[in-house]
This record gives sequence, C-alpha cells and structure tokens, in this order.
Amino acid sequence: MIESVISSVGINGFAGSMIALLVKIAIVFGVVMLHVAYATYFERKVIGHIQLRLGPMTVGPHGILQPIADGIKSFFKEDIIPAGADKTVFKIAPVIPVFSALGCLAVVPFFDGFVLANINIGLLYIFAMSSLSAYGIVMAGWSSNSKYSFLGGLRSTAQVISYEVALGLSLVGVMIMSESLNLTQIVEAQQKYWHGMFIIPQFLGAFVFMIAAFAETNRAPFDLPEAESELVAGFFVEYSGMRFALFYMAEYIGMLVMSAISVLCFVGGWTLPPFVLEAFPSLAAVPGIVWFMLKIYFHVFVYYWIRSTLPRFRYDHLMCLGWKVLIPLALLNIVITALVKYFC
Amino acid sequence: MNSKEAAEKIREMFPEEVREIREYNSQTSVIVKRDRIKDIIRYLHSDPLLNFDLLKDLCGVDYSGKKETRFEVVYHLYSLEYRSLLRIRAEVPEDDCSIDSVVDIFAGANWPERECYDLLGVVFKGHPDLRRILLPEDWEGHPLRKDYPLQSDLGEKEWKGYLDVIELAKKNMEFETK
Amino acid sequence: MPEQKGKLRKKELTINMGPQHPATHGVLRLELDIDGETVVKCTPHVGYLHRGTEKLGENRTYLAALPLTDRLDYISSMANNVGYCLAVERLFGIEAPERAKFIRTMASEMARISSHLLWLGTHALDIGAMTVFLYAFKEREWILDLFEMLTGARLTVTYPRIGGVRNDVSEEFLSSLYKFTDEFPKNIEEYETLIDQNRIWLQRTKNIGIITAEEAVNWGLTGPMLRGSGVDYDLRKYCPYDAYDKVDFDVPLGKNGDTYDRYRCRMEEMRQSARIIRQCIEKLPEGPVMTPDAPKFTLPPKERILKDMEAMIQHFVLVIKGPVTAPDGEIYSAIEAPKGELGFYFISNGTGKPYRMRLRSPSFIHASVLPLLCEGALVADVIANIGTIDIVLGECDR
Repeated sequence: MIESVISSVGINGFAGSMIALLVKIAIVFGVVMLHVAYATYFERKVIGHIQLRLGPMTVGPHGILQPIADGIKSFFKEDIIPAGADKTVFKIAPVIPVFSALGCLAVVPFFDGFVLANINIGLLYIFAMSSLSAYGIVMAGWSSNSKYSFLGGLRSTAQVISYEVALGLSLVGVMIMSESLNLTQIVEAQQKYWHGMFIIPQFLGAFVFMIAAFAETNRAPFDLPEAESELVAGFFVEYSGMRFALFYMAEYIGMLVMSAISVLCFVGGWTLPPFVLEAFPSLAAVPGIVWFMLKIYFHVFVYYWIRSTLPRFRYDHLMCLGWKVLIPLALLNIVITALVKYFC
Repeated sequence: MNSKEAAEKIREMFPEEVREIREYNSQTSVIVKRDRIKDIIRYLHSDPLLNFDLLKDLCGVDYSGKKETRFEVVYHLYSLEYRSLLRIRAEVPEDDCSIDSVVDIFAGANWPERECYDLLGVVFKGHPDLRRILLPEDWEGHPLRKDYPLQSDLGEKEWKGYLDVIELAKKNMEFETK
Repeated sequence: MPEQKGKLRKKELTINMGPQHPATHGVLRLELDIDGETVVKCTPHVGYLHRGTEKLGENRTYLAALPLTDRLDYISSMANNVGYCLAVERLFGIEAPERAKFIRTMASEMARISSHLLWLGTHALDIGAMTVFLYAFKEREWILDLFEMLTGARLTVTYPRIGGVRNDVSEEFLSSLYKFTDEFPKNIEEYETLIDQNRIWLQRTKNIGIITAEEAVNWGLTGPMLRGSGVDYDLRKYCPYDAYDKVDFDVPLGKNGDTYDRYRCRMEEMRQSARIIRQCIEKLPEGPVMTPDAPKFTLPPKERILKDMEAMIQHFVLVIKGPVTAPDGEIYSAIEAPKGELGFYFISNGTGKPYRMRLRSPSFIHASVLPLLCEGALVADVIANIGTIDIVLGECDR
C-alpha cells in the first residue's frame, strides 16, 4: 500500500523501497510508543479497579491524559548521576534495553503483509535481541556503584539466563509444527488446522512460554531484580528523570513484544480460527490488525492481573522453577511434538 | 508455687543475699544484694518447683538520695506453669556500678540490659555485646539518672550529631528560593 | 594479590537496610553481611525514634502522661491508653465502673483489629502481594472512622481515663460497630482467598523464621509471636483485666512457630476480636462510665469550672500537682496489646508524679530476636521476618 503510493509519486527502485521502509518504521515506532504510554495508563486503571480504587483520575477525563503528563514530567526532571558512578556506562545503560526491545519489533508482522523485515529467522532474531536487554540491566546495576542496584543486576543476570533457555525451548514445538522460523509463515501454518491456533496442540509449550515471558520481562511475580520491598528498586534505584523513564519504557515495550510473540506463535496472530469464520462469515470483513490488537491487549491484561494477585517469588524458588520444572517440561514438549510429527 | 512462697524459698536458699521481702498490691518483690544475682536468677529459672521461665522485663531504677544504694536493677520473672509473677530488685551501688549479666540464662535479657546500660549507666558484666542501644554511640551521660536534666541549654557541649544538623541546615539556607 | 599467592580474598558484602527502606516499617536499621543471597550476620540498630518517654513520664503528673502513651504504638493507641490507665488504677487501688470496662474492652479489640489489619497489609505487600494491602486498608479505614465517631480522633485517641472512659458511647456508634462485626469476618475470608492457599505465599512463609516454643519463652517473646510457637499464654485469659472474664473467646495457637503459623494466629485473632466486640455490645450494662472516685483523678467539666469554686480549685490542684493521694508503692501491670505484652512498671513516692515509669514494650523485645531469625536465611526472608515480628518503632524506641 505504502509502496504503491510512493511509486505513484514517481520514486521507484531502491530509493522507493527505502523511503517506504522509513515511513513504515515511523508508523510502527509512533504507534508502539503511544501504546506504551497508554499501557501504563491501562495498567494503573486495571490494577486500581482490582484493588478497589479508581487509578488516575485528575489529568483529563478519567485521567486519560495522565501518560502524557508523566512523559513531560520525566522529560524535564533533573538527571541525577551519583558521584561515585561510572558515568559513561551509567549513561549508556538505559538505552540498551529500549534499543533491544524496539529492535524486536522489526520482525513482528502486525497484519497480513505488514512487517518491517520479513526475514526467515524471525524467532531467532527476537531471542537474540531480547537477551541483549540483560546487558543494560547489568550495566545499570554495576555502574550505579550502589549495593542495592548491584544485587538487582546480579539477580537479573541469573534470572534472564535461566529463563532464556526455557523461553527458547518452549517455542521449538511451534517451529517443528510450522516448519519455519518466519513469524508470518508460523501464522499461516496455524490456519491449516481446524482450530487455527497452536495453543491447543502446544498447550505445554504455551504454558512454559507464558511463565518464561513473565520472567524475561521482569514482571511480577518474577520482579526480583527490582523487588521493591527488598532491594528498594533494584538496578534502577539510582536513576531519575528520563533515564529512569527509559527503563520503564523498555519494560513495557518488552511486554508488548512478548505478548506479540505469544499471539503470533500460539493464538494465530491476526487471523481468526477457521471454525469461527465458518460460523460467522461476516467477521472476515474485520481487518486483521483489530484481532491482533485485541489478542495483545488480552495478554497485557493478564500481565496486570497477575501482578496484582500474586506475591513475589524468592530467588532460590525462582531458580528451582526455571531449571527443575520449566526446562524439563519444554523438553518433554519437544519430544512429544517431534514424535507426533514423525509418525503422523 | 505462688510468688510469696517463691520469695520465702529464695530467702531459704540465699539467706545472706536477701535484704527484704515486700508486698504491695498482691505483688511480691524481693530485694537482694547484687553479688549472687545470677545464681538467684538461675535458681528461679531452673528449679522445677519454681519454674520462672519468662523474663517479662528488666529495667533499672535510680534512687538517687532516697536510698543508700543508688541504683536498682529490677527483674520481673513470670512462671507460665504456676502463673505467678515475682519481682527481684538487685541493689547496685554508685561507686561500683555493675552487675552480672543474665543473658546466658535468658536470651531475651540482651537488649533490656543494653538499654539499662545506655540510660542508667549500669554495667552488665559478661554481656556479649554491651553497647548503647537507644542513644547514639558518642552520646555523653545517662539520661534516666535523676541528676540528668530534662531540659537545658548545653550550647557548645551539645551532642555533635545535633550540631552537625544545625550547621547543615544553616548552610542549606543559601539555596532557598527568595 | 602478591602477598597471598593463589588465594582469593573472600569478603561478605555488607548492606545497610534502613533506616530509610520501604520494608523496615519505620526507622529500623539492619546491618546485613551477605554472601550471595544468604545472610551471614544481621545486626539490628534501633533508637532513631527515641523520645525519652520514660524520662518525660517521670516529670509529668499521672494525668498528663496519658497522651504520651498514644505515641508509643501509634497503630493501636487505644490499647496503650487502656494499659496505662489500668496500671495507674491498680497503683491507686481504684476500679473503673462496669460499663466503662466493657467499653474499654470493645475499644481495645477495635485497636487489635486495626493493628492486625495494618500488619496484614504491609506484611503481604513486603512479600509482594499488593492487593491485600488495599483490601485490608479498606476495613481499617472503617475502624478508624468508628474511632473518630467514638473519640473524635482517628489515630491518637487518648480516650480512656484513669477511673473510666472520657465519654459514653452513642447508640449510633454501637449499631455501626455491630454492623462492622457482622461484615468483617466475611472480609477476612476475602483476604484469605487471595493469599492463604497461594503456593507462592506458602513457599514464602512456611518454614521461614522458625522459633521453637523453648526459644520463644527464653527470648521473652509475647503475643502472637509466642502463641505462633504453640505456647498458650494470653494475658486476657491468664489474668483477665477489664471485661475479658465476662466474654467468651478462643486463643488461637500455632504449631511450628514459623511465619505462616504466626500469620494464621493473627488472622484468627481478628475473628475472635470481632466476636468479643459483638459480645461486649450485647452485654453492655447500664451505668456511669466514670468511677465515683473520679474527682480525685479527673478534671471536672469545663462549665462547672467556670461556675463552681470547688471545681476550679480541684482543676488547679490536679493540673499542677497531680492526684496527690498516690501511695508509696510499686506496681507492674500488663495488658495484651496487639503486638504482645505491654507492661507498665510504676514506682510512686506519694507525689502526683511517678518516681519511675518503665514501659515494657513488646516491639523492643521482638526486634531483638531478628538476628536469630535472619542469620542463615536469604535476603528475601529478612523482609518476611521483619513483617512477621510485627514491630512499631515508636514503641520499640519509646
């Protein structure tokens, strides 16, 4: 669509496709950042209502302008750098998680045909990018020169490394079933089945992925690196102003990305299951992006729901769960999927 | 065994030590010398007939000018089995202001003894970690003594931590918005 | 290092938890030596909130020292007031009238509920379950409103007086309190559905911070800390004061002495408190709320002071000299405060001011047990342990 508009203006060939790509990036970036801002609002509203209160109410009707006010506030806040900090690393650290989280978006297809880079190793690329964010956290913890952030950084390293394994293994079943690493092809592969979503044959994988994704994004009940009551705020305890906001943004983009992968790999992406479409053919007229967004928002809601319900894990229990439960389960899932695929 | 009998029992066991047994409002107090206080407490704790197993409270009292020996350390012992409360008051003279610690009998005596040392200056011999507890470590004097004033203008002799705060507050005045 | 060839120097990381830390419930400071995530050594430091209450008490009349007790355990100021008034009454040998006793019992149990609710909320928040906090605070708000209705104040109530209570209860207050006791047990169930069977909660509390019965007695622990270890010691049953001998209630006991058992104990205590309040309202006798001896201890009402010469003189004497009929004696009197045994030891010398006022505060003793609980545990357990001992630093530092 964008390409045709650009070619109609008269720019063709390489230059045209580059401009089209830049426009697409701008669109994705803008839309995602707006969603990130409103994900915080959504979270505060959801958790507020779960906890018998209203959430933000003052800025705009029902506090609808709160995220914008927050953004402006953190942008103009004084950027405090501790005297004993390693200044260069301290300044670089918050950029890395944001960069890696945004990088993941490059391979996410939002609806049929709309993807920034339709590469054939999409899933691998996402794993690589999402593990990069751990560097930012470790660097933040180390360079702050504070014992609390140092402990937070250490916890995060251990946690991300352990759960990365489970996260990767849980998706192997999907790869076997769809015979591809390309996210668009994975979605298309799901359409071949009557149920239209891999969550039904891959329930084990989906379960492991869900839990590992919580740990990967440092969300409750796995928010040990920040563990407010133990480590005060963990790795970003010394950060303020916009640098602090960057960590926050990275967390929310990470959450959106993880939800997107879950939607694409297990719940059929922007498509509806064939049996639903047969029953209600008129639903086919609804654009795919709507279903995609709805599914993502359901996932994000689950994140908030769990955060407001569950207590925090203890460090050793977290490691036990990761290595003794999730990884064996993921391996079992791979074996079963492979056997079924081979014999049927 | 009720507290009156227990008090008599102590007099029987430690006739040299017990100075007086007093009763007020159906509570018994035994006034003893401080030298064998640990033996008395251990006896009360370990004898199965007495079985005073809960040290409710340990505190010091300054009888400045009211009694011959200036200080008293007061132990409130309670027997969960016989439901009796006994008060042991050990007299501690001012010139040698010390008494044996009972921490190895009652672990819970640790902090109350430190507090008594902090606020009254009674030294507990054999205490594992006798430091000031409520007041700063460089504080001078023992506030619960009767000769310690409730209010006074110390000027230069004020506690250093307080002076530092005042100094800092003055320094920060220049950053205040006009 | 050249002098230690082939040998790595190993040192624990020392972190300073508090006095400003979200989970230390005030200004407690813990010096933790940690090896990885394991605590090797824990040294608590207290005293940041020391206000010299005992010294102040010695320099005030018996009447004037009452408001000081509000500021000890400010979460349950009513229980402190009751304890103080009871101690002075026992020292003077007077007794409050029956109706006042029931009102005091009722009010102390309200304080227990409010204190336990705050404990539940913050304890759960420390462990990471944040919704319980807001659920518990909803009911606590209700209790505080009831306090306001009864006394005019929400937190520092100064409601009981030596020889009774300040004012009689209204019908309106009683009916709304009755409604509260009706609904409150259902709300407790709601908190329990959130955390009681939750596996993470169980993992975080079961077998954490174990104190055996012998240890608990030896350390001088009282209240739910002692009962959680299975020792049946409750002053309300052992030596009943006020109207506790006229109401029916159970004392919940734990078995293992771990954080979970103490949690269960406190939850059950809240139910029993609601039960006691109900019975108090049902059995509330008619009559005065101040003892006939009261003129010797209580200020006469303002309108009488302005009209009546005698009342004026009495007011003057009470304010300047205090109740001068004080006997020459000593008394140790304790009540079962929400946190444990709150004891007052008075030595009087015949003047209107106590010669020595000693406060035995449960928080002080309970804070001293922290090294026993924390050493060998993980950093996350330190937080659970601070929560389970349920201390208020105002009372700990006095």
